[in-house]
Amino acid sequence: MFQKLIVSLDLKVLLPDGSQRRLFDYLLPSAFLMAAALLLVVSMFMPYWQMRMNAPQYPDGLFVNVYINHLDGDIREIDALNHYLGMPPLDEGGRFERSISFLAVGVLGMLLMAGVFIGNQWAGVLALPALAWPIIFLADLWLILYRYGHSIDPESALGSAIDPFTPPILGLGTVGQFGTLASFQPGLYLSFVACSLILVGLWFHRRAYKPVVEAHKRLSVANT
Amino acid sequence: MKRAFFLFVLLSILLSACGGGTAETPAAVGLPEDAAALAAERGLTPNDVYAALKTYMPSGQTDPYIMFASGGQSGQVLVVGVPSMRILKMIAVFTPEPWQGFGFGGSSMEVLEGGNVEGNSVLWGDTHHPSISETNGEYDGQFLFINDKANARLAVIDLRDFETKQIIKNPNSINDHGGAFVTPNTEYVIEGPQYAAPIGWEFAPIEEYQEKYRGLITFWAFNRVNGRVDWENSFQIELPPYWQDLCDAGKKVSDGWIFCNSFNVEMATGGIEEGNPPFEAGASKGDTDYLHIIDWKKAEAVFKAGKAETINGIAVIRLQTAIDEGLLYFTPEPKSPHGSDVTPGGEYVVVGGKLDPHATIYSFEKMMAAIQAGGLETDVYGVPVIPLDKSMEAQVELGLGPLHTVFDDKGYAYTSLFLDSAVARWTLGGPYSGLNPDEPWSLVQKLPVQYNIGHITAAEGDTASPDGQYVVALNKWSIDRFANVGPLLPQNFQLVDVSQSGDQMKLLYDMPVGMAEPHYAQIIKADKLQPFTVYPEVGWNPDTMSVDPNAITSEAEARVERNGNEVEIWMTVVRSHFNPERVQIKKGDHVTWHLTNLEQTRDATHGFALSGYNINLSLEPGETQTVEFDATLSGTFTYYCTEFCSALHLEMLGYFMVEP
Repeated sequence: MFQKLIVSLDLKVLLPDGSQRRLFDYLLPSAFLMAAALLLVVSMFMPYWQMRMNAPQYPDGLFVNVYINHLDGDIREIDALNHYLGMPPLDEGGRFERSISFLAVGVLGMLLMAGVFIGNQWAGVLALPALAWPIIFLADLWLILYRYGHSIDPESALGSAIDPFTPPILGLGTVGQFGTLASFQPGLYLSFVACSLILVGLWFHRRAYKPVVEAHKRLSVANT
Repeated sequence: MKRAFFLFVLLSILLSACGGGTAETPAAVGLPEDAAALAAERGLTPNDVYAALKTYMPSGQTDPYIMFASGGQSGQVLVVGVPSMRILKMIAVFTPEPWQGFGFGGSSMEVLEGGNVEGNSVLWGDTHHPSISETNGEYDGQFLFINDKANARLAVIDLRDFETKQIIKNPNSINDHGGAFVTPNTEYVIEGPQYAAPIGWEFAPIEEYQEKYRGLITFWAFNRVNGRVDWENSFQIELPPYWQDLCDAGKKVSDGWIFCNSFNVEMATGGIEEGNPPFEAGASKGDTDYLHIIDWKKAEAVFKAGKAETINGIAVIRLQTAIDEGLLYFTPEPKSPHGSDVTPGGEYVVVGGKLDPHATIYSFEKMMAAIQAGGLETDVYGVPVIPLDKSMEAQVELGLGPLHTVFDDKGYAYTSLFLDSAVARWTLGGPYSGLNPDEPWSLVQKLPVQYNIGHITAAEGDTASPDGQYVVALNKWSIDRFANVGPLLPQNFQLVDVSQSGDQMKLLYDMPVGMAEPHYAQIIKADKLQPFTVYPEVGWNPDTMSVDPNAITSEAEARVERNGNEVEIWMTVVRSHFNPERVQIKKGDHVTWHLTNLEQTRDATHGFALSGYNINLSLEPGETQTVEFDATLSGTFTYYCTEFCSALHLEMLGYFMVEP
């Protein structure tokens, strides 16, 4: 079996101009892009971001985990506290984004997979949304956090006591008696890893298909 | 972290190598200088320091054991951490208690009504013997039962939320002392009687005492699934009017039997005012009373076979049936006995002499052999009596006033000596020989306690596998132990260290109990208790232990509805507001008020007090309660939160306006 695999990896591909390249060179970029797509899909089931809140009367702290399609953690309690500032329930932030997130990741994954079948620079273009994915996530999160921290109702019980703020997206912050700690979570790290895999995959992709594209060019030049 | 630890270890090794391994251990160093100075200044002995270190619980640490103590005349149950001896809670049982909202509206009203005596409410109790539910003779930490001696009532506490769920009145008994005790798998909760009453709890002249008055032992069937006593499957056995007292269920080898002592085989009827001997003398005249030996498994079969009479709604196996079916036997027990305690393996029953200096130990095997052999003489009612020499295994002379006995894991028994004001440690024999270095069936140590010890309890000390470690002496008098707080003195719970063998029992701590006179207590390993931290779902009804149909889970559902003069309110409770905050009705309306605490955060309890209407609820996180009342007072009232819940707690109120 193993023997067979080695043999198959050693197979040659005949390019249109008659030159030969190893089949392995073409499997490699596909493998990276597929792995990246897989990681993105796995990341959908993991938290991307977390906010921990510590105060004297919460010995175990409070936390909220942000997944791309839902939130979990001490939502009820954080909402109960935030109502004193007239802030909307956590669940109202990024509702639209969460509703389409699974579909979006599916599309990103499909676009990546398309690169497996496209033997030219368009593969790189199709991979761009996936590459931008973690940045899109963080930018959107920042926007939600900004809106959230700026939705204090001056008519609420403590609304006049706290100035509008944006909770930090990473690291320490303070709100009232709470110290907050924002951190990236495994889902986001997985999407970073996916991006790296895409970049490596695209590099191999270019190495494998550039000769093909050029062979085609040479052929068409020769034909004219 | 790991790395830091590794470095630390490495550093320690290097340092100790450099120092030639002369580093001293903390024990060799002794107390730090400031602690030693403090001990000297306060005149503390090494024993005092030992006791302090043994009982001190640093902030945030919790006790390894929890003690449930009867709350005596308070009608409640005390929950105490051992060894710190800190009171953790007072569970409201027979007596209204406003903090828990018990008896001031809500489902607790029905629980208390269950304890009505012939329709009259009785809002106190004389709680005596708490009993934790058992599985295979071990505490399982699911339920707690306790009796009210004054009115022959039994209460069921669910240890998921430490709340009383049921109170039942025994329809045929006037008092119970020997309750509650459970059978090894909590098939039954046993409620022994005390003072005899005419059968059917009717009137009968005292002159007809021997003919008409009877003792009764009740076997309350317990349904673990719904957490309630199952009346239909419960039964009683009629007994002679001997004033049965404390009972204990057999376990392991003696599973299926129960053993109760009695103390008025003389059948004294008092009448000091007519020149008769008073009860105290009349009931103590004879040299022996009878230990009752009851085959409850056979009794259950007899009851199920329909050989029982229904009296006041409960099945009663009549005395003659009990005799004919071989359910009941006696054996003599020395003068004014007290306590009836089965050893961990079920082999022996220990009875204290009260007015006899011995603990008398009966062998279950011998008693069974004597019953098998037959040919026993009977008492005046025809109950077979096993002669003492055919039932007794040993007698150990302990001192004056032996009462109750508990056990440890090292083959020792501990008996309270009321008159000697001491705890006696003595050795069991038979299978327990060799678990300690002392001679079997012998007194090892008498530890003075302050003062007049009644009951005694040990860590899991009445189960099939006691833990040892701690014994608590439940002293009736404290005299000079505490600062004087007037002529009514607190009781004194004294913690005793029994972790060492031999005569090494040590007194550790005095805990004043300034709310009533507790009787028995049980100590369970804390990790066997798994209570809720908050109710499992918002809208939880603690009575049904499920979500209440009238619970609302969001403020959007809060509303007031009127139907004729029926007003129904669905209200949410959350930090720091009620919703709605204004309720206006008319005088004469009938109000049904559902309240749901939306919180799911530990300790986020809210109160609900309605001024003028004698209503106060405790709404624990997730809890739903319903209060119902007629608006008989017109005017303006407030309802407000009585449990300081938040920075804006004082703002948590609403106006209740009743138009005239």
